[in-house]
Order: sequence, then C-alpha cells, then structure tokens
Amino acid sequence: MAIADADAVAPPPASRRSIVWSRRRRAFAAHWRTFRRNRQGMVGLGVLSFFVLVAIVGPSIVDPAAIEEATAPWPLKVAPAADYPLGTDRYGRSVLDLMIVGSRISLVVGFTAALGAIVLGASVGITAGYFGGSRIDSILNGLTNWFLVIPWIALAIALAVVLGATLFNVIVVIAVTSWASTARVVRSQALSVKERLYVERARALGAGNWHLMSRHVLPNVFPVLFANTVLMVALAILSETTLSILGLGPTNAISWGRIIDESFSAGAFSAGLWWWLVPPGIAIMLVTLSFTMIGFALDEVLNPRLRDR
Amino acid sequence: MSSPRRYVGRKVLQALATLVFVLTVNFLLFRILPGDPVSILARSQRLTEQDVAELQHELGLDRPLARQYVIYMGQMLRGDLGVSLLTGDEVAGIVASRIWPTLLLVGLGTLFATIIGVWIGVKGAWRRGRGFDRSSLLASLALYSTPEGWLGMLFLLVFAGILGWFPAGGYVTQGLEGAARIADIAEHLFLPVLTLTLGYVGEYAIVMRSSMLDVLNEDFVTSARAKGVPEPEIRRRHVVPNAFLPTFTLIFLNIGFVLGGAVVIEAVFSWPGLGRLAYDSIDRVDYPVIQGVFLVASVGVIVFNLIADVAYGFLDPRVRGA
Repeated sequence: MAIADADAVAPPPASRRSIVWSRRRRAFAAHWRTFRRNRQGMVGLGVLSFFVLVAIVGPSIVDPAAIEEATAPWPLKVAPAADYPLGTDRYGRSVLDLMIVGSRISLVVGFTAALGAIVLGASVGITAGYFGGSRIDSILNGLTNWFLVIPWIALAIALAVVLGATLFNVIVVIAVTSWASTARVVRSQALSVKERLYVERARALGAGNWHLMSRHVLPNVFPVLFANTVLMVALAILSETTLSILGLGPTNAISWGRIIDESFSAGAFSAGLWWWLVPPGIAIMLVTLSFTMIGFALDEVLNPRLRDR
Repeated sequence: MSSPRRYVGRKVLQALATLVFVLTVNFLLFRILPGDPVSILARSQRLTEQDVAELQHELGLDRPLARQYVIYMGQMLRGDLGVSLLTGDEVAGIVASRIWPTLLLVGLGTLFATIIGVWIGVKGAWRRGRGFDRSSLLASLALYSTPEGWLGMLFLLVFAGILGWFPAGGYVTQGLEGAARIADIAEHLFLPVLTLTLGYVGEYAIVMRSSMLDVLNEDFVTSARAKGVPEPEIRRRHVVPNAFLPTFTLIFLNIGFVLGGAVVIEAVFSWPGLGRLAYDSIDRVDYPVIQGVFLVASVGVIVFNLIADVAYGFLDPRVRGA
C-alpha cells in the first residue's frame, strides 16, 4: 500500500527519465499479469527456471576431477546406482555430473547465439525497413533473402570446418546462419512503423536517422523482437545439438549435444546403454519446449490480435 | 498485376542472382576465412612448406583473387567441382551418386509429414480448444522441440538395439536382387523416414492449424454458413483449400531445413546420401567434397523455392502483383 499512498500524495517533480521508466514498469506489470494467466507460458517458465538454476549452481557442486576422462572415479559403462543415479559413460564419469556441467554450456550457447542472431537480424531489419525502398534497403533485403535460401546446415558445416570447432566459433556459426528470419520480420514491422505520424512529426522537429531508428522504430519493433528471441534460443540449442552430433560441436567444452554424440559414437544404442543416450536428449527437449511455450505465450501477450486463438 | 510470363521471368532471374551469390559465398568461404583449404590440410596432415607451396600452385591459390574467381566461375559453368583430396575421384560424380538416396528420404519424409500434419491441423482447428486440439498441439510442440538426430538414435536403441526389429543403419544388404532387394531397402528406410516425418509433422500441424484459424475468420466462410452450406462442405470446399496454400508454400520453403534434418538423420543411420557424405568428409577434411555438397544442397533449395514461388503465383494470382 505504501506505493499507492506515495502516488496519492503530491507527485514529485518528475524527470523525463523517471516518467518513461514508470510507464515501462506499468506496461511490464500489465504484460506480466496477462502472461501469468497463460498456463503454457507459466509451465515453460517453471521448467526453464529449474534448468537455469541447475546451470548456475550445479557446476560448482560437481567435483572437476570426477568429470576428467583420466581421473573419473566410477566403473565404466554401468547402469544407474546410488552413487551415479544416471549410470556412467565409457570413462567412468557419472552421466548426471556430465548433464549438470553440460547444462551451463548448452544454455550459454543457446542464449549467446540467439542474442547474436537477434542483434544482427534486428540491425539489418530496422535499417532496411527504415530506409525502405532505397538502395540500402534493396541491398540488405537481398542479403536477407539470400541467407534465407542457403540451407543453414550446409553453410554451418562449411563455416565450422573452416573456422574450427571451438565454443566461440560454434556460437558464431549459429548466429551467422540464423539471423535472416528475424531480419525479415523486423523489416516488415519497421516499414509500417516509420510511416506513422509521430515519426514524421519527430523528423519535422529535426530528429536525425539514428535518433528515429533507436528511439522510435526500435521500441515499436521490440515486442516482436522479444518473442522472436525466446524462440530463437530454442532453435539455437537444437542447432548446437545438430552440430555436435555431426562432430562439429565445441570440442573444448561438455554440452548436452556432445554427451549425445559421445554416447552414440561409443555404440550406446547397440549395447543398450540407455542411461547415457536418453537423459541429454530429454533435457534438450524440455528446455527447447519450455522456450517454445514461453515464446508462444509472449506472442499472445504482446500481440493482442492472437489472444482469442 | 503482371502477366504470368513476366512473373515467372522475374522469379527465374531472382533465382539466378541467388545462385551467383551462393557460388560467390562458396568461393570466398574457403579462400578468405582464416582456415583456407591448404592450411587446413597442413594442420591435419603435417605438410612441409614446399608441399604447401606446390599444393597452392596446383589448386591455383597463388594467383590473384579476381583471376581465381574467374577461373572458378568457369569451372562451375562446366560442372567441374574439382576432385576429392582423398580418393582423387571427380566430386561432381561422387555428389551425383548420393543425390537419389537423399531425395528418397527427404521426399518420403516430407510427404508423410505433410499428409499427417495437415490432417492434424485441420482436425484441431475445426474443433479448436477441444481435447484433440489441445493434446495434438502439445504433441506437436514436443516433437518440434526434439532434436531429430537424437530421436533417430532413440529409435536405433529401441527398435534395432533392444528389439532387433530393424537393421542398425545402412542402405541395403549386399547380394540381394529384385524384389528382395527393394524390400530390404524399405526395411532400411523405415526408421530414417519415421524420424524425419516425426521431426516435421509437428511444425506442419501447427502452421496448418493457424492458417485454418485465419481462414475460418474470413467473411466468405460466414456467408457460406449463412447460405446454409453444410459444415463438412464448408470445410472441404471453402476452408481447407484456402488454408492449404500458405502451408504448401511453407513446406517448400522449408526444404532447406528438412535437408538440414536429413544430414543428421543420414549420419545417424549411415544412410548413403548427401548428408552422410558431408559427415564423412568433415571427418576426413575432404574440403572439395564438402564444397560440392554445399553447392548441390543450395542449388536444390533454390530450385525448390523457385517451384514454390511459381506454383504459388499460379494458384493465387494475387501474389503475382506483389
């Protein structure tokens, strides 16, 4: 109640910034209320929070020596038991330990690659849309359409082979191969935003291109961008898995994709070592699914026309 | 609105421009980026400096870039994709022999995923919010979120490893002839096609469903109802054909992604298509072959997109003006 009272008493002399921020807080609170009513979105958020927590806390409780190939403490390739609830791999490492350590890498790759793709896609999309119809637009739009056509896997393989499979390069490869769809969506949004009256008014008042793009076009494109980012993380995690299975994943880090690849290469499927192959796939599925459900829910929250679906 | 001929002409020109772009990317990728082919080879095979210089000369890498580009484009026009570093065979021939298995896998998988996905989407949207709709939507999302390669491994674990119902990968058992050979190929094909179908059926069901919901809100559906057209008739004649159009385009535009899925599935099932070829070539750093796969895959996707564009233009004349 303290907040409501403070509002009721004399409004403090508000600076421009504080007005903007209180407006944003209110908008966020309203969106959050709508989101909370979406059961799918909340389930997704719950599952994701669990995995994020594991990724933050988990790796520090796992003994680093226990996941070293040379110093792994357990017998090789044995089924789950009390000491290793998900069995062990071919070096005698506990699969549960690997999963915990891998959660951080998989999520980091997902988030950073998606962020890279979104920043790239949004820059290209906003610039193209803002300069819609000009030569800049036709060049950027052409580039976008080209990247949409090149099969991502072929480009990713070529890039990964040329660059070498390190954690950083894998992130770069995923970002470079997945920005184009974002750019296309953002461009069409920006095309319509820049025709609105207030943009024209700001221009008449002397606002420059950079100001118009960053202060007027970007905030209006942001809702689309936000939902897009969440879905992009899901896609990036799946891409990392694909690259890992092809032997192009990060060789200097343990990710869920790499656990799958190692178990497969060691013949886990023919030897029936299900505890080694199944858990990482389920984890990837759950995380991807939760991102997708959150993304769909956000789409509904931020895009009222979809709400009656 | 432009005439059909001009529309097709414009689309073909666009496709050709895209092709030039792909060829250029392919050229630059392996020359400008830090790991050019020779240094990759030097890394993996311990070449002396003289070997490196000879190899660079042999591959024409010591010439100016513009000159290399002209030579390269000439080779591409003649269909000369170079030779495999490993076997010395023509890359064009190696790649060509791998196209059919991939087309078979991708074609069948796409066909089944389309039929089942469209059916689920139509049924779900028609009775939106009911039990079938909710459970199929969740299942679709779950399938969309499953890595295809891992799903394939899971099938191998269960159906080949534990139950022993299907072969653990490969194309055909040696020494079979005639009908037995075809049955054997089908047996090898079953699990990969199942994996690919499941990998995409969810996505197509979601798209078809949302496209159905769009069309159901259109005025012509309301007026059909007002005229007293029976519901099954409305669904069959008015809604489904209109809803299928965008889904159809998406399926064709999606071929690039399906190809991506196919690469992993082929790698997992040792299915001797382009994907398995790429997988093996990655291991052996056989870069001319990797380049060949990249080119053929890109050209394939360009061609499919062109088909989708042209077909869409004829099915829905409104897009021709755009």
